[in-house]
Amino acid sequence: MARLMQRIGNLDRRVIFVLIALSVFLPLSFRIVFPNPVGAEPSRQLYDYVEALPAGSTVLLSFDYDPSTMPELQPMAYAVCQHLFRRDIRIVAMALWPQGASLGQEVLSEVADSLGGEQYVDWCNLGYKTGGGVMIVRLGSSIQAVFPADKDNRPWAEIPMLRDISSLTDFALVISLSAGDPGVPAWVMMAGDRFGVPIGGGCTAVSAPQFYPYLGTGQMVGMMGGLKGAADYESLVREGTEGAPQGQAIEGMAPQSVAHLVIMLLIVVGNISYFAQKRKGGAR
Amino acid sequence: MTWEIAGIWAGALLTLCLYSFLYRDNPFYKFAEHLFVGMSAGYWVIYTVENVLKPNWWQMMFPADGSFHWVWIVPGIFALFMLARIVPKVSGLSRMALAMIVGTGSGLAMVSSFQTDALAQVEGTIVSLSAGSAFTIFSNLVLVVGVVTGLVYFFFSKAHTGVTGGAANVGITILMVAFGASFGYTVMARISLLIGQAQFLLFDWLPTIPRLLGMHG
Repeated sequence: MARLMQRIGNLDRRVIFVLIALSVFLPLSFRIVFPNPVGAEPSRQLYDYVEALPAGSTVLLSFDYDPSTMPELQPMAYAVCQHLFRRDIRIVAMALWPQGASLGQEVLSEVADSLGGEQYVDWCNLGYKTGGGVMIVRLGSSIQAVFPADKDNRPWAEIPMLRDISSLTDFALVISLSAGDPGVPAWVMMAGDRFGVPIGGGCTAVSAPQFYPYLGTGQMVGMMGGLKGAADYESLVREGTEGAPQGQAIEGMAPQSVAHLVIMLLIVVGNISYFAQKRKGGAR
Repeated sequence: MTWEIAGIWAGALLTLCLYSFLYRDNPFYKFAEHLFVGMSAGYWVIYTVENVLKPNWWQMMFPADGSFHWVWIVPGIFALFMLARIVPKVSGLSRMALAMIVGTGSGLAMVSSFQTDALAQVEGTIVSLSAGSAFTIFSNLVLVVGVVTGLVYFFFSKAHTGVTGGAANVGITILMVAFGASFGYTVMARISLLIGQAQFLLFDWLPTIPRLLGMHG
């Protein structure tokens, strides 16, 4: 037993890498899907808020991420766009991160094509603009001054859905899909607290704990945190929609759960080994 | 072979090269690493010129109507000042540009940041300990005790003994719970990235192999 504990304590880290890889690849290969019950999570709060918006409202959707965080944030983008289009809510997209504009275009055009949304009537993509929080303050007075044309250089005046939009306060909601800074904090600080625009968002799991206080104070109306948040939103959007395709985030929750179980097991076994060796005076 | 498949193969092979580091450092990993750094630098230079400098400076100075707005020379000079760091003799000029950036940023963020991350949070901590359901009261109690004892832990003007020590101990326990939650979220984020890459390899790359071998209808 003592030798076993010692061997576990000196386990080659590559064995752990293999275990984690198997815990991710096997559930995906066999297309295992775990049930994903959604409780009173912040993602439900965001869903309920969107659900309560009147049809015909306009939402500003900011794609504040790049390909490095796509696995977490892109599924959120698909789920949110599907929800907004189904509710007949118009989407004005933009990006605080350079590559976010292209990622947003990919999502919007794909979802709009599948649900019959028309560019410049139901959605448009203003593209990327540098400046972060400073630029958001400018949006509070005039969006057209910041974005005289959209991503494809179509002038503001020639986009029908923007006729009634002049500043941030004309949006029913701002949703930021954020991988860091600039992202949710800049929107909360500059758009929410300064101009009183309701802010919702999605973020990487790493930054989720940082944003929970904003939910408690009402500075955010709801939030999707990491892959779990994306899976929750996908589940809610799929509820009551027959034949809706299964989202990427829900597929990812089975490997996520198995990998977490493996990590928990390794932590427990590692601690048992550590304390067993410590008792014998072997561990440092 | 289409460009799309070529792109998928390039992505897959580079992914495998990078993951090979988990076994040990090797030339495949080094190749992928250097390629990534070089391509990123090149990509960002072009992206910045096309998406930042051109629309926000050059096209402002020389608008489409053919006029010339000389005032935009000023930010151009400040931008050059930033590059002065490369030349030791004139490197001090970069401080002028930095001072403007830091000053503007601080001026805009100071009040907003204090409002968003301090005042609003203090306001959010002022909650009723008597109204609502038993669960609400309990939650509010945990919130208030957690905040107060957490602050006590960071109060170093009094020795952490007696009541202060007990409160500090509760505070550090609460902080540890918060750090544990953060760690859990971090693990989820890292596994999510692995899942994303695994989905790419399994569902985008692997299906291209039979197509390349002519085994697909």
